[in-house]
Amino acid sequence: MAQIIIDTANHIAGYAAKTARVKVVAAYPITPQTTIVEKIAEFVESGEMEAEYIRVESEHSAMAACIGAAAAGVRTFTATSAHGLALMHEALHWASGARLPIVMAVVNRAMGAPWSIWPDLSDSLSQRDTGWIQFYCADNQEVFDTIIQAYRLCEDERVFLPAMVCLEGFILSHTYMPVKIHDQEEVDAFLPPYKSGWILDVNNPFSHANLVSPEWYMEFRYMIQEAMENAKRLIPEIDKEYGRHFGLQYGGLIDKYRCEDAELIICTMGTMGCEAKIAVDNLRREGLKVGAARIRVYRPFPVEEVRKLAEQASIIATIDRHISFGMEGFLASEIKASLYHMKDKPLLAGFIAGLGGRDVTFKTIEGIAKKSLKWMRAGRVEEETVWVDLRG
Amino acid sequence: MVTIKEFPKEEYLLKGHAACAGCGPSIALRLLFKALGNKVIMVVPACCTTVIQGPYPFTSFAVPLQNMLFEATGATCSGIVAALKMRGLDDITVVGWAGDGGTVDIGLQALSGAAERETNFIYICYDNEAYGNTGLQRSGATPYGAWTTTTPTGKKERKKNMPLIMAAHKIPYVATACPSYPVDFVNKLRKAKEIKGTKYIHVLAPCPTGWRYDTSKTVEIGRLAVQTGIWVLYEIENGRFRLNPPSDRLIDKSKRKPVKEYLAMQDRFRHLTEADIEKIQTWVDEDWEYYSKLASNECV
Amino acid sequence: MRVRLNLPINALLKGGKMGVPKTRKEMPLTPISYPTLGSMGKTGSWRTFRPIIDYSKCTKCTLCWVYCPDAAITRRADDSLEIDYDYCKGCGICANECPVKAITMQREEE
Repeated sequence: MAQIIIDTANHIAGYAAKTARVKVVAAYPITPQTTIVEKIAEFVESGEMEAEYIRVESEHSAMAACIGAAAAGVRTFTATSAHGLALMHEALHWASGARLPIVMAVVNRAMGAPWSIWPDLSDSLSQRDTGWIQFYCADNQEVFDTIIQAYRLCEDERVFLPAMVCLEGFILSHTYMPVKIHDQEEVDAFLPPYKSGWILDVNNPFSHANLVSPEWYMEFRYMIQEAMENAKRLIPEIDKEYGRHFGLQYGGLIDKYRCEDAELIICTMGTMGCEAKIAVDNLRREGLKVGAARIRVYRPFPVEEVRKLAEQASIIATIDRHISFGMEGFLASEIKASLYHMKDKPLLAGFIAGLGGRDVTFKTIEGIAKKSLKWMRAGRVEEETVWVDLRG
Repeated sequence: MVTIKEFPKEEYLLKGHAACAGCGPSIALRLLFKALGNKVIMVVPACCTTVIQGPYPFTSFAVPLQNMLFEATGATCSGIVAALKMRGLDDITVVGWAGDGGTVDIGLQALSGAAERETNFIYICYDNEAYGNTGLQRSGATPYGAWTTTTPTGKKERKKNMPLIMAAHKIPYVATACPSYPVDFVNKLRKAKEIKGTKYIHVLAPCPTGWRYDTSKTVEIGRLAVQTGIWVLYEIENGRFRLNPPSDRLIDKSKRKPVKEYLAMQDRFRHLTEADIEKIQTWVDEDWEYYSKLASNECV
Repeated sequence: MRVRLNLPINALLKGGKMGVPKTRKEMPLTPISYPTLGSMGKTGSWRTFRPIIDYSKCTKCTLCWVYCPDAAITRRADDSLEIDYDYCKGCGICANECPVKAITMQREEE
């Protein structure tokens, strides 16, 4: 029976793991992810969820346990944040190289030093090269739906890559929202039983991942890139199919809002996308032609979709909840890279906002928009990267 | 109790592999398969065995083997065991097979976690007393005085006592072994297979490349290690300590060969002074005081 | 304790079931290596000395077979032993351990 419950995104992630019929969960606590693994523990111990729950002793072991379980033939899940994600960094590489369809919830949190428990996207974005598909969610319903979609995507034989479903700490993780938990049977119809590209089997023995010389290694890496390209194609298809089944979809790779005739497009990721929509509505009421594009999938990066957006816009303003020290925000860089080969490119203004959980409201975004529009009218961007709301 | 003649003839470590000539860990591997057959899933972290397999697209192992990250053996095994349980496959033995570095140093946390979680698997540390794969740097299991590339004048610290660390986890089975005593090792593996819970076996694996001796002496040196008492064959089954033959007859110091004989055979100890050797002998004797108390249940 | 494999061990060729891939399409999606006799080729070429069994002395105790790190000694049904010189690395453990000194190490002729 489908039901509507009011719960935090963390608990909803737990419901999603249960509804996806995950069989092995590796659990290690870290703020602000902790209530995900706590919820799953309740489900498992009450018998509501049939799964083995491994209370590992570190996040590195959490990913290692997921790799073992996925290789031994079951659907797996884990969750982490910030330093936990950083700790499992080498295991992330291993999981994608092993082409195992693991799905992990990442509750975005700022990195230390110093300690911060509040949200920004540095943790997951700094793992962008590990070969993991990355989704960024804007509300609790999307968290639920994306986890289900992720399993469907990752276990497709054209993909067989792991995925992280990112949600901002506290903004979503601990905020109650109404969410529709779909009917189990309907989800089963959408999400077939676990499949992976290989399995540890005593009847078919082999060594997995022993030494690969320069003669072969590049081809294995190319295959991962191919799988990412396939994922780029499949994500919108799966999203549409999900919409047909459940009446909910998210625009595929980019959640576009009023972009069709926009001169300025505000590009964001995560919950800033929601605030951006409110800002867009307010600015439109003032007669300004503004649109919002929330990049829902960061890896594979939606290069073609970004180019389409850029075709009619005069300026794109990117808001990064992240900084790559010594360069700029990742979103700004990657959008610029996507547009490089275009003959006629819009202007590009990069903004850094919301680090360490500093609030980014629609008012902030309206300010960003107004500044960008000023530069658009002047025909040049005065500052390539602007840190917003910074203490003087 | 099995005899050598009763060892199965099937080989699951295929000849033509990449191990050094005279490799102690390879003998231990063959004995692993003589004991357990091929209904096993192995997890092998970065270690000599990673390379012994040979390069893609070939492997010398005829069992499902997952190569894995250096520190992750214990955790990966927990994952595999959980998956097999969910799939209803309870007759497959999951074996973590790791070197000493991947056990007592970098792999300690994951192993300790798996043991505390009572993961149902056999963990075997094959101990060649150095980081063999990377060219013989010292590990926590390198003994006092040994030359390694990172302790060129001899290691100044003592060997970490890993079996006793595992025994403190109160797992149902801890044992030491040596491939020079093949029947003992095979029996221990077969016993471990029948026990539920975490089983830990620490097998001394002499390494001619690292210990600097003629390749033909591997089995002889392993035997001497036991005969001098510097390596002790024992089991701790549900907390009860038991010395195995021939170690059980070595409580009497006069029955133990002097440690000097064992050290003299290996060039990694060539630089030891008389004082060093005496120190090592004293420690061996002190350890035996402790083992004899354990054997008579005077302490745990 | 034993799982019957689809292919008998001694029929596994270089590259096992898959052989050596020639094109990218033939490669698995992740490095999977099948059981191979002689994954490093004929390791007998590593030898400087070769063990020779004096069958008049051999008591078929099979200790050499147990202790060979390379599984290069075949133990027949009647417990007679034969060294596979294609793969024997010449470590000399068999000669060192033979209780009746039936194995001697002889320098390889060039």
